[in-house]
Amino acid sequence: MIIEIEKLHLFYTEFHALKDVNLSIPEKSVTAFIGPSGCGKSTLLRTLNRMNDTIPGVRIEGKVELQGKDIYSSELEVEYLRKRVGMVFQQPNPFPKSIYDNVAYGPRLHGVGKKSELDAIVEKSLRSASLWNEVKDVLKKSAWSLSGGQQQRLCIARALAIEPEILLMDESTSALDPISTTKIEELTRELCRNYTIVMVTHNMHQAARISDRTVFFLNGEVVESADTQMLFSNPVDQRTEDYISGRFG
Amino acid sequence: MNLPVTNKQGGPPGKSGKWGKHVIEEARGRAFVYFCVLLMVVTIFSIVFFIASRGLTPFISQGVSVKDMLFGLKWKPEGNPPLFGALPFLFGSFVTSVLAALIAAPLGFCASIFMTEIMPKFGRTALQPAIELLAGIPSVVYGFVGLSVVVPFLRDVFPGQGIGILAGAIVLSVMILPTVTTIGTDALRSLPSGLKEGSYALGATRWQTIYRLILPTALPSLLTGVVLGIARAFGEALAVQMVIGNAPHIPRSLFESATTLTSIITLEMGNTTSGSLHNNALWSLALILLLMTFLFVFVVRMLERRVKR
Repeated sequence: MIIEIEKLHLFYTEFHALKDVNLSIPEKSVTAFIGPSGCGKSTLLRTLNRMNDTIPGVRIEGKVELQGKDIYSSELEVEYLRKRVGMVFQQPNPFPKSIYDNVAYGPRLHGVGKKSELDAIVEKSLRSASLWNEVKDVLKKSAWSLSGGQQQRLCIARALAIEPEILLMDESTSALDPISTTKIEELTRELCRNYTIVMVTHNMHQAARISDRTVFFLNGEVVESADTQMLFSNPVDQRTEDYISGRFG
Repeated sequence: MNLPVTNKQGGPPGKSGKWGKHVIEEARGRAFVYFCVLLMVVTIFSIVFFIASRGLTPFISQGVSVKDMLFGLKWKPEGNPPLFGALPFLFGSFVTSVLAALIAAPLGFCASIFMTEIMPKFGRTALQPAIELLAGIPSVVYGFVGLSVVVPFLRDVFPGQGIGILAGAIVLSVMILPTVTTIGTDALRSLPSGLKEGSYALGATRWQTIYRLILPTALPSLLTGVVLGIARAFGEALAVQMVIGNAPHIPRSLFESATTLTSIITLEMGNTTSGSLHNNALWSLALILLLMTFLFVFVVRMLERRVKR
């Protein structure tokens, strides 16, 4: 178990967004968070790399441990945490720089300055995101000239360039067309051989297709957490069954 | 549609034929807007035409050469022969404006970043109104403050009388600070929020995000503010005139008196008769000012195009 979440509560000023979440996330696998809008699945994802820190009024109780270390302890630098826990967002958000500079942005932040090293990292990351063949001749072109699907894979490459252990994907295919979505799903399956992937999706079929474990959220609570096959074929909780059979959400 | 309803004015229903109410309303609105646009265009072209026709007369029919005006060092319009060298004014205008921009740009950028990134709430509630206030202060007040604060300070600290290029530039820099800051703040606020998140998610600190991502991205917009600031400084007459000393020569140091295009126009225009060579030569200076303004607008357009790309 690479991440252990214990008795986690999260408040947006008064609103109790996450209620007593207990969850373990296994290493080198894909874990999918599913549930209706506003159920807290994205909020939980963003607590894993402390992106909620930037939102004023957020209060967190409980413990989130990454390999046995509390990520909310004052000894851990948030920048160091985010280097280990990468994130890909819902909307592709490449920087208005060249493709090369987008991927090199992270390594440069963390002190890689040598051109040869950067070149190697950029190529490796773009290959891992299966984008290299499409962009290898246009590395100096603006990242904004790419298509939406390519931009999202560039964002994945950008996240991989700092060699995280965990990759968080926040509905990363919901703004993309079906072909791009398929590509990123395939990519996710490949990446989970080397990375732990935690994804939020509002698409149950996507969770069923590519995740190893699925966690079902409702109103800020974890209703059920199980192997994906188990959860979809044989849900324990009535609410899970109602949701996956399409009775609400 | 066929229900017997009356409209609000109580008129008969269903009479919205070819000349129905909305058609007339539409036509009236359109006529009004067209009239306003026409008025504006006519005004602008009239100004340009007027200044150009007066300003070009010395070159066309009164025997002054463009070269002498742009590069001549002596301004003696009543002399014999009269001399119309405007280089000292051009030089003074340029140096004070650019110097003012060099002082105001870093301050303005920092203020913008402070207001958007560091303390958005305090920035919006306290700093923004203060800066807007700064923009509303009349230029004579700036000039007066310059004369009673900046000039004595410069006189005490540096050699010379205190009045001169640097004093003018300092006063101007405060005057254009609101322009630079306001445009900079708007530019930073309009950046897509995903950018910053993307940077933080890669483990960047706030400072790294600001100088590696935000500043480079917003730079063309920030420079737009600076150019507009220079344009404003270039056209400012009163405040500069009060502290620059109005000596028509090219200064050898920042602490020497100089003068600007606008100063010379305001100082001498009242003492000339319309149509005289001296009067027309002042219009030529105004024409130069106008052309400079066009140049600044052009530069701003170029920068904006870069933003869009």
